[in-house]
Amino acid sequence: MEVLITHYKRCEVLSIIGRVDSNTAPQLQEETAKLTNDGKYKIVFDLGKVEFLSSAGLRILIVTQKECKRYNRGEVLLANVPPKIYSSLDLAGFTALFKIHTSVVDAVAAF
Amino acid sequence: MVAFSFTFPGMYASLSEIAGVVKDKSLEAGLSETSINAVECAVDEACSNIIEHAYGGEGKGEIYLNFEIIPEGIKIMITDHGKSFRPEDVEEPNIQAPLSHRKASGLGLYMMKKCMDDVSFDFQEGCNTLTMVKFKNSGCLWK
Repeated sequence: MEVLITHYKRCEVLSIIGRVDSNTAPQLQEETAKLTNDGKYKIVFDLGKVEFLSSAGLRILIVTQKECKRYNRGEVLLANVPPKIYSSLDLAGFTALFKIHTSVVDAVAAF
Repeated sequence: MVAFSFTFPGMYASLSEIAGVVKDKSLEAGLSETSINAVECAVDEACSNIIEHAYGGEGKGEIYLNFEIIPEGIKIMITDHGKSFRPEDVEEPNIQAPLSHRKASGLGLYMMKKCMDDVSFDFQEGCNTLTMVKFKNSGCLWK
C-alpha cells in the first residue's frame, strides 16, 4: 500500500493505493495521525486506487472521522469510491457516516 | 468435488498472498466477481482474527486453508491451533448507531457472516476450524 498526501489551501487529500488490510493499516493510521496531530482536520480520502479495504481500514476511517468532527473543527470526506469498496462501506453502515463525492475535485470544493 | 490445501505463516504479511489464492479458487468455483470480493473479505477477516485473537500476535502459529470446489460453489475451511472463543459471546455491532456511539472495532465476525452464505465454527482440543460456504447463487447481503 502507498499513501500520497497532497496539501491544498483548505484541506488535505490522502490518496491510498493498494490493499488496506491488517498488514498495511498501521501505516495508514500513522499517516492520518500525522495530519490530525498537526491540526489538519479537513481531509479527503481518495479511495480510487484502493484494491481492498478490510475492517482494519474501516477502523481507521471511523477513528479519523471522530477525531476530525470533534468540536466541529472538520470532517473526513470520501472520494472516488470503487464499487467493491462501496460494498464494504455499505455493509458496515459507513455510508451514513461519510459524505461520498464522485471526484477529488468535488470533495475539495465541498470544504 | 475438488479440494486444495494451503498453509501460511500466521503473519499479517500473509494476507495478500492468501487473498490471491482465495481469488483463484473462487474463480475456479465459478463465482461472480462480486461474490469473489465478498469471499476475499470474509477470509481476510477470519485470518486477521486468528492472528490477533487466537494466536495473540504474529509469528505464533500457522493458518491452514482448505478449499473444496463443490457443485453449488465453494466451501472454505480455515484451521488454527490457537485459543478458541465463543462466537455467541461476540457482540454484534450496531451499524445504525450515530458516529458518537460507533465502536471502532468488532466488525470482523459481522462482515464474515454478511459476506458468506454459511459460517460455522468447530472447536476441538487445540484445533479451531471455521467453515464458510459461498454459493454461486448467493442469497447473502453482499452477493
